[in-house]
Amino acid sequence: MFSDYSTSELMSIFAMQGFAGLTLFSVFVLMALGLAIIFGQMGVINMAHGEFMILGAYITYLTSNIFSQWLPGLYGSYFFVAMIFAFIAAGLLGMLVEWLIIRHLYHRPLDTLLATWGVSLILQQTYRSVFGAREVGVSMPDWMMGSYPLTDLVEVPINGIFVMCLAIGTTCVIAALMYRSRWGIQVRAVVQNRTMAGAVGINTQKVDRMTFGLGCGIAGIAGSAFTMIGSIGPTSGQLYIVDTFLVVVFGGAASLLGTVASAFTISQAQSTMEFFLSGSMAKVLTLLFVVGVLMIRPQGLFTLKVRR
Amino acid sequence: MKSSGFWGSLFSRHDTLSFVVLALILLVVLPLSLDIFRLSLMGKYMTYAFVALGLALCWGYGGVLSLGQGVFFGLGGYMLAMFLKLESSDPESTAIQTTPGIPDFMDWNQITELPWFWEPFYSFPFTLAAVLVVPTAFAYLIGVAMFKRRVSGVYFAIITQAIAAILTILIIGQQGYTGGVNGITDLRTLLGWNIRSDFARYVFYFVCVGLLLLCIVISQFVSRSKLGRILVAMRGAEDRVRFSGYDVANFKTFVFCLGAAFSAIGGAMFTLQVGFMSPSFIGIVPSIEMVIFCAVGGRLSIYGSVYGALLVSWARTAFSESFPELWLFAMGALFIAVVLAFPDGLAGLYNQYGRRHVERQLDKWLLTLKSSTRTASVKGVAHERQ
Repeated sequence: MFSDYSTSELMSIFAMQGFAGLTLFSVFVLMALGLAIIFGQMGVINMAHGEFMILGAYITYLTSNIFSQWLPGLYGSYFFVAMIFAFIAAGLLGMLVEWLIIRHLYHRPLDTLLATWGVSLILQQTYRSVFGAREVGVSMPDWMMGSYPLTDLVEVPINGIFVMCLAIGTTCVIAALMYRSRWGIQVRAVVQNRTMAGAVGINTQKVDRMTFGLGCGIAGIAGSAFTMIGSIGPTSGQLYIVDTFLVVVFGGAASLLGTVASAFTISQAQSTMEFFLSGSMAKVLTLLFVVGVLMIRPQGLFTLKVRR
Repeated sequence: MKSSGFWGSLFSRHDTLSFVVLALILLVVLPLSLDIFRLSLMGKYMTYAFVALGLALCWGYGGVLSLGQGVFFGLGGYMLAMFLKLESSDPESTAIQTTPGIPDFMDWNQITELPWFWEPFYSFPFTLAAVLVVPTAFAYLIGVAMFKRRVSGVYFAIITQAIAAILTILIIGQQGYTGGVNGITDLRTLLGWNIRSDFARYVFYFVCVGLLLLCIVISQFVSRSKLGRILVAMRGAEDRVRFSGYDVANFKTFVFCLGAAFSAIGGAMFTLQVGFMSPSFIGIVPSIEMVIFCAVGGRLSIYGSVYGALLVSWARTAFSESFPELWLFAMGALFIAVVLAFPDGLAGLYNQYGRRHVERQLDKWLLTLKSSTRTASVKGVAHERQ
């Protein structure tokens, strides 16, 4: 299948597909970061993660509508406002869900799966009732349109670059928060030993709620970024949930570095193969590869050595 | 009625009652009270009960939660559908196609020859064997690969879910070989016998009930035998069972395969009764719904899971007929309520509130039955003496 193309064409195909893969990678990273915190750190299987992402996307859609209606002059900057709103809305909803449901289930991880699946059904139907079943799209501000020519064969779209920067920035913030802040120490302490963490004076309930809220908030940011590359519907979130879980599990559940590395591997493999095979076969092969690796190495790529 | 012998080793007295009540409901009450359309729907729900039954064993007893039971349901269903499709695409009825004698969707996708893996499905005995063997073998492969490496709990659930996703994408993507997103449709006859007639529907319903009762007997055997004890022990403290010298992986693989085989039977019966099979019964969403059937009925109860499957599917039809908007809300709330408030489902509620009463009544009734037969026989003897 390579023989039909000349070397320079092949190189630019790989570069372009690689870049398309980087856009996919950014969304994966943003979604998987939230899940890595919720699933990797807290052990909660949040099947509603995709719906938190879609909430962020809908908030972005609403904000863009508000800006285009009342503040058309500032339309170029609506995205930053929308992102903050998306983070806050998804985070608050996450904290509500944690308070209502998750906090009763910390000792039954498989049951969190069923309960959050219920939450996801309810959210989906809510979106359908409020925003309609049709997919909606957001019009991008002018400065994000177009593409940046790298060579005469390779062009990179600006929205892709933007989403990528966003993903990198968020990852750095999260890493700093988890590994360099006092709050991060508390989170990791609670995860490692809830009872002892409580005994040394950490308010474990509050830490749990904030952590879950943060994870959902990042999903909201992911949704915001998602509007830059695709349209959104009530069930869009469900399409990504399995991929996201595989990214987190493949990377090694408790490791942020692993999450980023596995998001990179999976997205690159998928988008490079997509060019040569059909999209569905690329996806099948990627998933099979991941499942195969997980059978050989169930703990994922990167693991933390922690005594439990 | 001192239960003894083969039956007694499988069924406790209360199990016997549950079995008889279920059999009466399915064999007598429903056929007499529902018209053929509703009864056939009930038959369709019953195919989910097979899956729920398998899940009760896997998840309730063995502690192995599989989110990929739809895979086995679908495999079973697809294999029977392949046989039926080949039967209905004989050269005469497909004469208008470019290549007569192959299924219509292959012709639409410019495939001119029957793929090799379709060939064996001309044979009915092969198909019947494949319906059971292929899903079970697939489950065995997954089980061995995962359990030997001690993948369990959450990770097993996520990987089985990924497998369900893979199979769905594969079937939808390879539409020339599988019928794509529409699935294998337009199935008409089984061995020359119209499967759409009312009579056939009655027959399939009763065959389905028969198979379900058979699977229940097998489940009873598993749960009452030493095997069942080990499964429950494994769920409670896997390491202790391992240290006692049992190979935990083998037991888990066995129960996972059994669940897969049940699901495959359910899938095949589904194809027969509904008349088509499509990827929408395989993927992530149906697989999780099957888990909720089991959870609502009671994950620890063989009978509960069957009732759960029947009730939830019935409620879905009833709800989505009258309030399509509300159904997802109701379903979501059901998920949350079952997990938070009734982790043992309907069977748990029954065990807590109804069971003692029923058992007392049963004792009383058996006692009167026994004494009346004794007095009758005593009277009979006395009568002879006179």
